[in-house]
Amino acid sequence: MIRFFIILMMLSFNGAYAAIDTYQFKDVDTQERFQQLTADLRCPKCQNQNLADSNAAIAQDLRQKIYEMLEAERSNTEIVDYMVARYGDFVLYEPRFNSQNAVLWLGPLLLLIVGLSVVIYLTRYRNKQRVTTEATPVELDAQQQARLQAVLNKDKK
Amino acid sequence: MIPELGEYALILALGFSVLLATIPLYGASSLNALWMEYAKPLAKAQFTFMVISFVCLATAFAQDDFTVQYVANHSNSQLPIQFKLSAVWGGHEGSLLLWALILSGWTIAVSLFSRGLPLDMLARVLGVMGIIATGFISFLLWTSSPFLRYLPRSPQDGADLNPLLQDFGLIVHPPLLYMGYVGFSVAFAFAIAALLSGRLDAAWARWSRPWTNIAWAFLGGGITLGSWWAYYELGWGGWWFWDPVENASLMPWLVGTALMHSLAVTEKRGVFKSWTLLLAIFAFSLSLLGTFLVRSGVLTSVHAFASDPERGFFILVLLVLTIGGSLTLYAFKVPNVKSESSFGWLSREMLLLVNNVFLVVMAVTVLLGTLYPLLIDALGAGKISVGPPYFNALFVPIMGFMVVCMGLSSAARWRNTPLKNIKKQLLLPALISLAIGFIFPFAYGDGFSFRVFLGISLSLWIMSTVLHEFKAKFRANSSVLAKLKQLSPSYYGMMLAHLGVAVTAIGITLVSVYSEERDMRMAIGDTIELADYQFKFLGTKPVTGANYVADQASLEISLAGEAVVTLHPEKRRYNVKRSMMTEASIDAGLFRDLYIALGEPLADGAWAVRVHYKPYVRWLWLGGLLMSLGGILTVFDKRYRKNKVTTSGAAHA
Amino acid sequence: MPRALLFAPLALFAVLVLFLWKGLSIDPRELPSALIDKPFPTFKVEALLQPERQLSTADFIGKPVLVNVWATWCPSCRQEHEQLLRIAQENKITIIGLNYKDERVAATQWLNTLGNPYRFTIYDASGMLGLDLGVYGAPETYLLDAQGVIRHRHVGVVTEQTWIELQAIMQSWERKAA
Repeated sequence: MIRFFIILMMLSFNGAYAAIDTYQFKDVDTQERFQQLTADLRCPKCQNQNLADSNAAIAQDLRQKIYEMLEAERSNTEIVDYMVARYGDFVLYEPRFNSQNAVLWLGPLLLLIVGLSVVIYLTRYRNKQRVTTEATPVELDAQQQARLQAVLNKDKK
Repeated sequence: MIPELGEYALILALGFSVLLATIPLYGASSLNALWMEYAKPLAKAQFTFMVISFVCLATAFAQDDFTVQYVANHSNSQLPIQFKLSAVWGGHEGSLLLWALILSGWTIAVSLFSRGLPLDMLARVLGVMGIIATGFISFLLWTSSPFLRYLPRSPQDGADLNPLLQDFGLIVHPPLLYMGYVGFSVAFAFAIAALLSGRLDAAWARWSRPWTNIAWAFLGGGITLGSWWAYYELGWGGWWFWDPVENASLMPWLVGTALMHSLAVTEKRGVFKSWTLLLAIFAFSLSLLGTFLVRSGVLTSVHAFASDPERGFFILVLLVLTIGGSLTLYAFKVPNVKSESSFGWLSREMLLLVNNVFLVVMAVTVLLGTLYPLLIDALGAGKISVGPPYFNALFVPIMGFMVVCMGLSSAARWRNTPLKNIKKQLLLPALISLAIGFIFPFAYGDGFSFRVFLGISLSLWIMSTVLHEFKAKFRANSSVLAKLKQLSPSYYGMMLAHLGVAVTAIGITLVSVYSEERDMRMAIGDTIELADYQFKFLGTKPVTGANYVADQASLEISLAGEAVVTLHPEKRRYNVKRSMMTEASIDAGLFRDLYIALGEPLADGAWAVRVHYKPYVRWLWLGGLLMSLGGILTVFDKRYRKNKVTTSGAAHA
Repeated sequence: MPRALLFAPLALFAVLVLFLWKGLSIDPRELPSALIDKPFPTFKVEALLQPERQLSTADFIGKPVLVNVWATWCPSCRQEHEQLLRIAQENKITIIGLNYKDERVAATQWLNTLGNPYRFTIYDASGMLGLDLGVYGAPETYLLDAQGVIRHRHVGVVTEQTWIELQAIMQSWERKAA
């Protein structure tokens, strides 16, 4: 019950105001990296928001840290590793590709292959069914053609 | 008094639901016409009392009755009347009441518009809907009654509605969305009824189609509206976040799309019956699962309702009974029927099957991504997150392949199509699409972009193949006007919906690649430049709204020296909740949006300002609108209005 | 189509329900510390009440300690304060305070008025130590062993129940060592 009220309160104070910082970036590239990183990292405290959109204190701190690390010429990998070391894989919106997440990344592809295989099978199988159950014209070679003609001519007479 | 009346009406509605859930079904299985006939008046009674209950709650809001807990938690005397009324569905209990009301609405609609339906079928359909209603109204009465009171001491005034919800979006988005969610219960009920009766002929598909299509159209409309609402309300210019609650609405929509197509094939060709049945169960199951995810608290989301595990458990039981029951029924009663018709390679049947595969895989991908953190956590393996990078990486390529097949299907005929036919018809559209797609990024942007190339080519591929198929219908030498009239609303609906997909694809592609954004400190008189536009900050002034005070900024936008528009973003502080909210200001255009949001005030009257340039973003929602309109259009087809069975085998698509 | 295959959707659904049911008892917002079984981050920050004194991990390594993250702007911290005083009085473990993103004057006054359960308090005004620690909000309490390795993190108010759990964890170390 308490949890209900706490959650209710937290939901009610979710005045979404755009978290706008006024960082000056040294070039467009760095700015884009900042936008990308803050979009792909999750705010550890919020209800499913990325660092870019959250106005929580921790999100502001982390954005500040990312800005400083970018100014210090750190690579994207270093920045991400820094965050993960402190907050765990939870802050990654793109789950890591490891054995634990194999089902996640490969599952849909596998399902697609299985699904398309089933479609192919059904179509082929039905095709085969048609071929064996219906009377379809069979290709005759020259000799068989001749024999057929002979039989037909016989009937005509 | 009125809230108690509302609760009492709800109890009566439950009573009628129980009767509806039992008597007609029993009547159908024992072929008792009288008992089956009860279904219709029971549906009417249930609907009447649901309406009464809902009106009672709305009245409590309108009268500022803060002795009612739900009203006190979500409303306030200063709240404008339109928001007081839409606050009825602004929280968990009230929105659930809306859910149940809409369910009873669909039930009565089915009872009124089903003259062509055999009595036992109608009885079963209404009976199944009665079962679902029983579940939901029980849930309401047991755990989530909106009529509970704060007595003897009640608050002087309410806690106010969340400022984010004090918007036009709240008035329309939930009702539209629920019309869709709940609407799939009709397709579900038809499927269950078919399973129960053992009558799995193509007629079931024909009856089901209009209901499915309308529900799909509503759900699509609700999703489109939700995206648009989030875009202008949240202040960050995003339009889809792959949030669990958003995903909860997308999944039934995807499966619903597959269902629509599958029903078309089952109706026309009599194939895929078992698969279509399963899809109908799947679609509604996803609606129910969505209800669970959003209200139980198992997933974190900005959109989730205040939740608690006790309610979650109840919904889980509902899920087990409904979905478990229907899947069990399915496993036992689906006959091992080999379809009468067979089809070959590159037939419409095959391509529609492929379409189904793609759509189902897309839905499963979304489901997997949404639930994976929960799965990993439940297995004790830690906490992970799955967000936009994952979904975009998997969803978009699959969608791309599906679009290619969409185009192919326009030239494919039923049963079989010779390959050279397809090649002949589609070569030109393919080349044109690829050519324009290739040139576009050079002409519009500044250089080649593979994403734009793909996105534009695929969108044009859809458009050109749709138009090509349309043109092909005019080969006969009758007059154009006569031919236009001859084509059915179904066909126009399909065309419109497919064009809608193309329009949305163009919007998504271009806004993803070419949008620009800057966060700047702006002092009075400062100008910044973004995407060839100049934005000049003129300063702020205080304004007062109905229940808030705000700082309203003025920004003058010009293009190449010519003034375009002046925008007025606001930073509001709502009186009751004392929470700050940014109200973005948007200059909407068909080919671009200019979007400004205020951040924090800085020293010396300067402000943090975010400016967005969003090209073609409206196309996204226009496409969604077209899709929904297309869906609605199909329902006006003559064959659904006539009561007798028309000799089908007609050649419309 | 074999009848058994038709039961597949039901089977899959059953598995899903099991997970969802388990999910109802998990709090999705609770984040375990990423630094469990890792050493406390190195730092050099001044003490709250003695600004001239620079603190580091050397100041508490040697015995198990509790590090309590708190701030005057955090209402829950006010709630747990009595419990912390009680734990300090029991003298079974030392509590170190980490004043997180706060004002020195307000924090000092808080301790003077309400009582000071901490041996000393780290004054992390910038929040950078908190960041290295993986703090995402106050209050949080970390249990460190004698080597300064983080063994447990409790997010939220420290209650009597929490204290019992913490003691149980410490006792399990002794059993393992024995």
